[in-house]
Amino acid sequence: MARVLTYEEKDTAIHRLCGVTKLIAFLAWSVTSMMTYDTRILAVMFVLSLVLYRLSKTKWSQVGPIFKFILFFLCINLIAIFFFSPGQGTKIYGTDTPLFHVVGPYVMNAEQLFYEFNVLLKYMTVVPAIFMFIVTTNPSEFAASLNRVGISYKIGYSIAIALRYIPDVQDDFNQIKNAQAARGIEMSKKATFGSRIKNTAAIMFPLVFSGMDRIDVVSNAMELRGFGKKKKRTWYMGKKLEKADYAVIAVSLLFMVIALGITYADGNRFYNPFV
Amino acid sequence: MEPIIEFKNFTFKYRTQVEPTLFDINLKIFPGEKVLIVGPSGSGKSTLAHCINGLVPFSYSGDISGEYYVGGKDPRKLDIFALSQMVGTVLQDTDGQFIGLTVAEDIAFALENDAVPREELLKKVDDVAKTVFVDEFLDHAPYALSGGQKQRVSMAGVLVDDVDILLFDEPLANLDPATGKKAIALIDEIQKNQGKTIVIIEHRLEDALYKDVDRIIVVGEGRIVADMTPDELLSKDILQQQGIREPLYVTALKHAGCEILPEKKPGHLETMDLSSYKEKVKTWFESVSLPEAALAEEAVLSVKNLNFSYLKDRPVLKDINFEIKRGEMSAIVGKNGAGKSTLSNLICGFLQPNSGEILLNGKDISPLSIKERGEKIGLVMQNPNQMISKPMIFDEVALGLSVRGVPEEEIKERVNETLKICGLYPYRKWPVNALSFGQKKRVTIASILVMNPEILILDEPTAGQDYRHYTEIMEFLKYLNEEKGITILMITHDMHLMLEYTNRAIVIADGELICDNSPAYVLSNEEISDRAYLKKTSLFDLAKCCEISEPQAFVERFIYYDREVRHG
Repeated sequence: MARVLTYEEKDTAIHRLCGVTKLIAFLAWSVTSMMTYDTRILAVMFVLSLVLYRLSKTKWSQVGPIFKFILFFLCINLIAIFFFSPGQGTKIYGTDTPLFHVVGPYVMNAEQLFYEFNVLLKYMTVVPAIFMFIVTTNPSEFAASLNRVGISYKIGYSIAIALRYIPDVQDDFNQIKNAQAARGIEMSKKATFGSRIKNTAAIMFPLVFSGMDRIDVVSNAMELRGFGKKKKRTWYMGKKLEKADYAVIAVSLLFMVIALGITYADGNRFYNPFV
Repeated sequence: MEPIIEFKNFTFKYRTQVEPTLFDINLKIFPGEKVLIVGPSGSGKSTLAHCINGLVPFSYSGDISGEYYVGGKDPRKLDIFALSQMVGTVLQDTDGQFIGLTVAEDIAFALENDAVPREELLKKVDDVAKTVFVDEFLDHAPYALSGGQKQRVSMAGVLVDDVDILLFDEPLANLDPATGKKAIALIDEIQKNQGKTIVIIEHRLEDALYKDVDRIIVVGEGRIVADMTPDELLSKDILQQQGIREPLYVTALKHAGCEILPEKKPGHLETMDLSSYKEKVKTWFESVSLPEAALAEEAVLSVKNLNFSYLKDRPVLKDINFEIKRGEMSAIVGKNGAGKSTLSNLICGFLQPNSGEILLNGKDISPLSIKERGEKIGLVMQNPNQMISKPMIFDEVALGLSVRGVPEEEIKERVNETLKICGLYPYRKWPVNALSFGQKKRVTIASILVMNPEILILDEPTAGQDYRHYTEIMEFLKYLNEEKGITILMITHDMHLMLEYTNRAIVIADGELICDNSPAYVLSNEEISDRAYLKKTSLFDLAKCCEISEPQAFVERFIYYDREVRHG
């Protein structure tokens, strides 16, 4: 059974990279994607993320459910953008090419459609990068490499522990969801959307409480085995940065600089096909 | 010789409590000794353990008076880290205490914190993994291991620090009987080979006594009520008074009117001198007669040719067939991971079978949704915190009815009636977190019961409970079964539970149903017990030692007689 959004050990070039390398590459990637609205760059990034997805041998079942969930909110977001500022596209691109009438005073024009397409693309470049980072980075090795670049090991370890508990919390969640469903709190597709939102509370409450039990046990276990005793600690999973790591870091930073250079070359963040 | 652990007129009060939890403790434990600490829940035995490993006063603060020393030093002048170099603690919750993502990292954790260089660390982890036989699993995730392997990993995690004292906090609580036996044997080996001082806290006395211990310390209401050898302790009535279960063979001998004497070596049945008791046991056996059990005939739940697997070629359940009769109280037993929980998940509809069918009152339930099944088959999970979702007791019990749109008046009536049955009526306006664990368990049972299910399925209803709470919960279930006619099915690996409270045991091993018979039969049959990781009951061995020709009948008569004595 593949677990959703959890590190899985596989032997690929991406898995072999240090956690810190992937973190830097991920940050450079996200910054680029957030800054730019240049469709050409976003398109290249989108294709690249498909390639990376392939290279990392990630299975759809590892990310699919969360991806659908995000897609759902993204759609709501796109619809909301249209209704709250239908003229945003015209404001940005300076022209108005009406396409079709939607409802009441709302008319969809080509500029708005293009603008929202760009928003969609931005998500489509960042979201896969987040997924890829989580499913290919061993949490312990990541903590170790964070520590290596000078971040306190306590912070690194907290992140690693949080990542390590994702599967446990998922198991708990499923068990609780099932038991509550048996009591009549339906979370399946049969229930209406409103009642599903409301019913989430019936799952979160027990989830938080059993989670707190867990935190209590693990923090005792950590203290009893000397966590926090010294300023420094060593790492079983520690890895050294290798040539490939330096190369990836260099390439991603370079990519960021070039991409942002192209984006701002004409003075703004947008690529305008309308003039 | 200097004691390695010493308490002198030691009293401890938690900051959040009014009364001290430990009173005037005087105790000496010497290097290389193996000591068992027993006591009911709330007696203070865990607090005593926390004082030794430093969780008191460093994590749980409070007021200490008197003196105490660990390794010759006053822990108050040290910190929890210095103590952790002397005392290694293996916690009860084998799942919760894993920190590392893999077995190797988990074992290495203490060394990492000590900033041991990586090369040395790798070597030490390998060495210690070999001593507890987990070297094959170094790159596995701890949660994917079996219960016994998990515990060996926890042991490795503290042994790697080369501590002098090993403290085991209820090591048997989450293990099936056969694995528990192995754990006790491993602890014994570590003590003998490495000369460690061992302190075991446990209430499953009979299982813990599988290997010799030097002394048993009985804690009751915050005081030490006994500190003596097992042979002496078993000859007295202290255990009964404290609500701790004696080994069953000792109880049986007492029922037969035998006076247990320390010189007969009652600590282990195999080496006990039974010669003077034999005749009495035989006479007693012949004097007890069982009432005719009324047999229910109508099947309420039938499982037919059930198959299930997550992955195609790795079946979890293979061709399971059984019937549960109306009004029965039965158990599904087997080792951890044998497929017991999968079976209950299939019955409740959380999982769908690959083939086969499940019938309720003769009707196939596959078209029913989880919610619809939940009205007829109620599931109570092991940990009440996994179920309780409302802050107030009344609301929690009412939840199942209110989401089904039952009118408010009727809800009120049904909830109050259920609360009365469950003995919770006086607390109906209380918040749930004011209740004890056992009471919370009752709330979860009540919240299922209120929907009038025909069958109640309970997952490990007594896990982690001491004898008194165990009896309380089980007597309550028996009352529901006998007086309210509710069919009860329990998933468990507690042999006492199945012996004392069920009339049938369905034994699952490696995904197959290997036996469906009376609990006394199962626990008298070596082959079945072995395959299911259960343990033959000591009553069976006692019967054999006393040359009784029908040992299984002996087990049955004992259970019946013991109930009569305890509950009139």
